[in-house]
Amino acid sequence: MSATAGTVLEVRGLSRLYGDGCPDCLALTGPDAGTNICPQCHTIVACNNISFDLEQGEILGIVGESGSGKSTLLRCICFDEEATAGECYFAAFGDGRENVFSQTSQARRYIRNHLLGIVYQNPLMGIKPHFTAGGNVAEKLLTADVYNVSVIRERAATLLQRTEVPLARMDDFPANFSGGMQQRVQIAKALANNPPVLLLDEVSTGLDVSVQARVLDLIKEIQRDLGIAMIVVSHDLGVIRLLADRTGVMQHGQVIEFGLTDQILEDPQHSYTQLLVHSTL
Amino acid sequence: MSVNQNQSRKNRGYNFAFLDENTKREIRRKLLKAVAIPGYQVPFASPELPIARGWGTGGLQITMAIIGPEDVLKVIDQGCDGSVNAVNIRKLLVKTTGVETTFDTNAASIIQTRHRIPEETMRQDQILVLQVPIPEPLRYVEASEAKTREMHGEMDYSRMWVYLYENIVQYGEITIGARYPCLVNRRYLIDPSPIPRWDVPKLNQAETLYLFGAGREKRIYALPPHTQVEPLEFEDFRFRVEDFTGRFCARCGATDTFMNELYDSRSGRKLFVCSDSGYCDRRRERAAGQDLVGADGSEGGAIEGKEAG
Amino acid sequence: MGYVAVSGGDEAITNAEALLTFYRLKGGSTPVQVRQIREQLRLAVDKVMSEGSLYAPGIAALALKQAEGDGIEASFIVRAYRATQPRRYVSLPVDTRQMRIIRRISGAFQDVPGGQVLGPTRDYTQRLVDFSLLGETPELVAGFFKKIGVQMSRSSMPDTFPKVIDLLRQEGLMAEPGDRDRELSDITREAISFPCNRSAKLQSLARGETGVMMALAYSSMRGFGDIHPYLGELRVGTVPLFINHRAKSRPVYLGPVLVTEAEIISGQYEDDQGIPKLTLGYGLCFGHNELKAIAMGVLDRTMQSNGHQRAPSEDEEFVLYHIDGIESSGFSAHWKLPHYVTFQSTLDRLRRTQRLKEEADTLEREPEPEPEKPGL
Repeated sequence: MSATAGTVLEVRGLSRLYGDGCPDCLALTGPDAGTNICPQCHTIVACNNISFDLEQGEILGIVGESGSGKSTLLRCICFDEEATAGECYFAAFGDGRENVFSQTSQARRYIRNHLLGIVYQNPLMGIKPHFTAGGNVAEKLLTADVYNVSVIRERAATLLQRTEVPLARMDDFPANFSGGMQQRVQIAKALANNPPVLLLDEVSTGLDVSVQARVLDLIKEIQRDLGIAMIVVSHDLGVIRLLADRTGVMQHGQVIEFGLTDQILEDPQHSYTQLLVHSTL
Repeated sequence: MSVNQNQSRKNRGYNFAFLDENTKREIRRKLLKAVAIPGYQVPFASPELPIARGWGTGGLQITMAIIGPEDVLKVIDQGCDGSVNAVNIRKLLVKTTGVETTFDTNAASIIQTRHRIPEETMRQDQILVLQVPIPEPLRYVEASEAKTREMHGEMDYSRMWVYLYENIVQYGEITIGARYPCLVNRRYLIDPSPIPRWDVPKLNQAETLYLFGAGREKRIYALPPHTQVEPLEFEDFRFRVEDFTGRFCARCGATDTFMNELYDSRSGRKLFVCSDSGYCDRRRERAAGQDLVGADGSEGGAIEGKEAG
Repeated sequence: MGYVAVSGGDEAITNAEALLTFYRLKGGSTPVQVRQIREQLRLAVDKVMSEGSLYAPGIAALALKQAEGDGIEASFIVRAYRATQPRRYVSLPVDTRQMRIIRRISGAFQDVPGGQVLGPTRDYTQRLVDFSLLGETPELVAGFFKKIGVQMSRSSMPDTFPKVIDLLRQEGLMAEPGDRDRELSDITREAISFPCNRSAKLQSLARGETGVMMALAYSSMRGFGDIHPYLGELRVGTVPLFINHRAKSRPVYLGPVLVTEAEIISGQYEDDQGIPKLTLGYGLCFGHNELKAIAMGVLDRTMQSNGHQRAPSEDEEFVLYHIDGIESSGFSAHWKLPHYVTFQSTLDRLRRTQRLKEEADTLEREPEPEPEKPGL
């Protein structure tokens, strides 16, 4: 891992292919080729040789349209998908010297439970509807070896309050909650074990506008109060503008532009970024 | 050689202890593996026996694989030697081995049991064979065998813990009665078979070898002596055994055993009696100062029906 | 002292056995001969053989007599007997193309090489109670045989019949078995683990209980699943069994085995090259048992599904864990065993949680303390 103090996560040469693949897949796909499907072998190159760093306390935005590979990138980092190539290092795991993509499933589970928080677009992917709201948070705490009911309930209550889920609903089942509240339970759960890295995948998409605003404010507050490093994936430039310190723009599986969010939005260099920025209502 | 062993030899051509030697060998190998990995469920072929699946074929196969002509056998069901199922199993084993049998826990070398551990502490020269209906403790939270095997492999028991947490949230305590999940050797979670919670502490750091057989589900597991066995509990919601405060046994007066409540068939009144009938009989013997119970279980004196709390 | 009589258990069991014999014979009718069961209740015998997983019609018939006609009990007896038999040889693979047919039909084609042979079937009879059977005498039986005679015809029926699926294979319409399909297991030697290979599935199905297999297959046909089956071919007949013997240079013929075979063809699926093919669901069981063979073929196919909505018949764990009649009947019946110790444990929990609830409710209902009255 790089010697830069304060780098929390490093990704090097991450690629994700769907299909048999051929030696020319990476070269024949990408924004210049205008496609992420290899013309030779029809393999889909969802992520094409991606590298970046995540710094301590920052929010890194990844923006792109549907099919750009941004969600796939996130899913590879948290092991929901298997990266085809590349390396990934967490500062908190093995002193940042162990490539997490080559770890055993037990080690990966440890990383997911102790070092990562994940918030999905669909809250029901991150929480279990047949556990109570408190139970969902408890699950994260139990995998982090907290075996005291009072402590669990106290911590769960604190987190749920922080994410503005009414305490009275702590023992209710999220299946009966609104989408916005389900999302907030998911965020509470993701924070339960104080992870150094939080991954958020289109977390406000699909919510009512006012609810969106509250969820995004919540995320900003959490980042301010807890200083957690985050990767926020979104197709919505407004979300990126609000949250992200630095941003990467993805198209056809590659990062085409990377830098300070303000600079990218004020003065986009790549033609695609220009298109995105100018298309924003 | 005893009279019984001569008779079993003349029997219908069954091998000693019914199972053929190949089957015995497989079971013994699997037992060794089970002992080497305390709490790990070892799959085995588990061929059919003349006793129905679900009625003790797993325990029976283990006993048949380890029993020898010099062993002394005790068979109990719900703690009682005279229970119809125990009688049936004992008959089959005696018929195919001719071994000596006993109702006295201390005199037995092998005890096969369904759903109870004897009250008297067992020694290192004894083996307890337990009949198991459902070997999988995670069945409370996951129906798929493929998934539960993965969970054991990864030591991912979080869903079981959440289940217990949700119990406490809803009812104020864990509602699991018997079949209480225990962590063995800080590694594998086991289902200790449907023994009451009363018996769970006997598993921890015991002198005796515990062997578990699930015939229908085709799994064997073991607790070698001096193994750490800890029921799942929270720091602030500790494991609790069944509560018999104020109860006493109507037959022997004991206040410190696991008891069954029952309705006397004649008077209709509710009584409590020791579940471990052999232990109960011995207490009565000592109280009466005479040998009330013969080796074959035939009873001497009449029973005074005392009403219990 | 109730169910747990310290010394009465043995006697109770002996009396129970005697009562069984009593119930079987108290009517006074002539004890039924095993031969009668074997010959005149052949379908019951075949079912017991198949579920007992032992080709031994005599044993199966005897078991049916012993079990007073309880098919599952009889299968259990046969299965337990099977476990005591030494395993000396493994037969050479049986080619059902060599089957001596007594019945052979195809639902997929109107006509097939060799023809549709109806054979002994009730499919097209009317299910009216035949009271004439009440008066079946040896004379009437002799008369029947005299009337039908023995009809021999030189050329009307071929010795063997080609397989319908072979025709489809020749046209490149059938999917080929995959690698996992070619692995051989022996489920009686090792417990299966999931996901399991095709041979373990087929062995489990072959000894499965007809009723449950029929129900699961039915659920799939009705819509809890996505398989639209056709009966490519159903064959009933005897196949020759051969083994290799070290003292002989050629395979040794052991004898004929009566089996029922069903080949279920189901709609499209794309193979590795992306070419659409038909898939095969295979059913084979001892004796004449068409429902079971068809159900087996359907279930073999449903378990190959990779459907996202896992219908019960598509979930291989759900199917294979619950189709063995000996296992399921044993466990279903085992609730009759004493469970009073575990029940005691449950009662303990229930009483405690009730008390906790009462305490919690009482606390809520406690009246507010009276406010201090102002001094006078």
